[in-house]
Amino acid sequence: MEHLLEIKNLHVVYKGDGALVRAVNGVDLTLDRGETLGLVGETGAGKTTTALAIMRLLPERTGSIQEGQILLDGNDITKASDADMRVLRGSLVSMIFQDPMTSLNPTIRVGEQVGEVLELHHKDLGKEEIEKRVDEIFKLVGLPPERKSEYPHQFSGGMRQRIVIAIALACQPQLLLADEPTTALDVTIQAQVLELMQRLKEKLHTSTILITHDLGVVAETCDKVAIMYAGEIIEIGTVEDIFEGREHHPYTVGLFGSIPDLEKKERRLHPIDGMMPDPAYLPEGCKFHDRCPKATERCSAQAPSMHMWESHGIRCHLFESGREKTE
Amino acid sequence: MSVPIVETKNLKKYFRTSRGDLHAVDDIHLSIEKGKTLGVVGESGCGKSTLGRVILRLLEPTEGEVLFEGQDICRLPARQMEKMRRQLQIIFQDPFSSLNPRLSVSDIIADPIRTNKVLSHKQEIQERVVELMHTVGLSDRFINAYPHELDGGRRQRIGVARALALDPQFIVCDEPVSALDVSIQAQILNLMMDLQEERNLTYLFITHDMSVVKHISNQIMVMYMGQCVEVAPTDELFQNPIHPYTQALLSAIPVPKLRRDRGKRQLIRGEVTSPVNPKPGCRFAARCPYARPDCTGEAIPLTERSPGHWVSCVL
Repeated sequence: MEHLLEIKNLHVVYKGDGALVRAVNGVDLTLDRGETLGLVGETGAGKTTTALAIMRLLPERTGSIQEGQILLDGNDITKASDADMRVLRGSLVSMIFQDPMTSLNPTIRVGEQVGEVLELHHKDLGKEEIEKRVDEIFKLVGLPPERKSEYPHQFSGGMRQRIVIAIALACQPQLLLADEPTTALDVTIQAQVLELMQRLKEKLHTSTILITHDLGVVAETCDKVAIMYAGEIIEIGTVEDIFEGREHHPYTVGLFGSIPDLEKKERRLHPIDGMMPDPAYLPEGCKFHDRCPKATERCSAQAPSMHMWESHGIRCHLFESGREKTE
Repeated sequence: MSVPIVETKNLKKYFRTSRGDLHAVDDIHLSIEKGKTLGVVGESGCGKSTLGRVILRLLEPTEGEVLFEGQDICRLPARQMEKMRRQLQIIFQDPFSSLNPRLSVSDIIADPIRTNKVLSHKQEIQERVVELMHTVGLSDRFINAYPHELDGGRRQRIGVARALALDPQFIVCDEPVSALDVSIQAQILNLMMDLQEERNLTYLFITHDMSVVKHISNQIMVMYMGQCVEVAPTDELFQNPIHPYTQALLSAIPVPKLRRDRGKRQLIRGEVTSPVNPKPGCRFAARCPYARPDCTGEAIPLTERSPGHWVSCVL
């Protein structure tokens, strides 16, 4: 079967005043219908840039797709015209942004903001029909339709994120890009919103790319996981591969070591030293080598390729000759 | 037991609004021993940041006392309070808005040193700034940078450096790692714990992240709508949470492990209601799955269920 989304060798750069910023460096990714992929990584790893590339919403003057293909439902959208993209956005692919406080227009009633999407994509719908649909969507995301004539500031953070979700799902897109949708929310509200997204996914069969830095959220909601570092996917697999597999990229090990474990008592965390390299000045070889506890000389000279075993792939020289030795 | 370095008694902070009094902090008693960390958890709007600010007297309390080494700082005259402030510092939540965008890194870190006239010689101040930058793991090549040029982790390190500039004894850490990536978060947590050990610092650590609070705290206080609903030593709270709100909070944490019984966790209904003129009784009752008629009507006092474990619940 054809994948809903297939990204091939995607390279995205930002041109500023100074050096060329290489934000995404050869991402390969596939997503099937109904699947949820967790795109994990730290700030600057290229997660949001990847999503913006899929939406074709990279900042016009500075950002551009340098190389690669993004096949959405079989069509390469890197070549789509702006007019075509306007049709696709909202109807086939939607995005939920991180901060519900800033992603809504403060001067427009929330019902109108949800209705706007419908108006744009379903020109045949009459006013009453749209109102009816807005009410349905409000109910779907757990908001009382009576409040649709209120303004964003009259809602709490969790409710606002529900409105944002309502806007994103109004036209039942097949692909939803959720960029840190619960990061700005309290845990109990986060739990509610995650539960809502899970429920909607089951109901609408939307494929989702969930961008997050929270491995806990990934474990609870995703089918597949891709871990990004310096614009590359360094490990990819099913949630079982990532959370229960024995072999991991050294960066993944560091990422897990950074999370305080609720069940263990440890005085110190074991994060990775240093920080992600500046995407304007990426190191030669493996981009992680200068922080990697297992780096060898080769790592600083030659970039590793992705080594796959069935669903699980690791971009590291250590796994070049397979995993037989360790298994 | 050693003497607490920071204590509050009957601490209240109400904000007057057009609809009545907003009970941001309502009758909080706490005490922190020197060199220890009290974690304060709760959701947005529960009053935890206000509590932190009232304890530092950045906000004047409506009622009650804040004792630092036995002295009520709320009664200190301005001159003495100024001196006292060197002992009491704060690290803010948002490293994007807590640094003056028009000051360079060195000016930001040097600011408390200059204001308090700890050092006067330009060279000395510069050296101290560099030393502080190294303490918090910032490369001194950023010394003339401006906040907008730095990422969140580095900005927060500036925030930590600024808080340490006067060698304080007590630091209110208001969600210091919430805006950071996990690996950076872990670096900052390790840094803060190392600093605590080296300098015997006392922390009031405000956060909504239960795994972070568990990691760093000796004792945890759970707040809900301005009140303390449960307070206990860290391990005790996690092993034996008694208040339904604490239980809900713990079960809502996404754990980075696969759960076979996904979706089974206990969700609490609704959201926090308005803390303006709250009715007497348990403020969580409206969302509580175990609510009974006697939950409302009368104030529910904290009772000690086991040594050091206090709960405010009728159950």
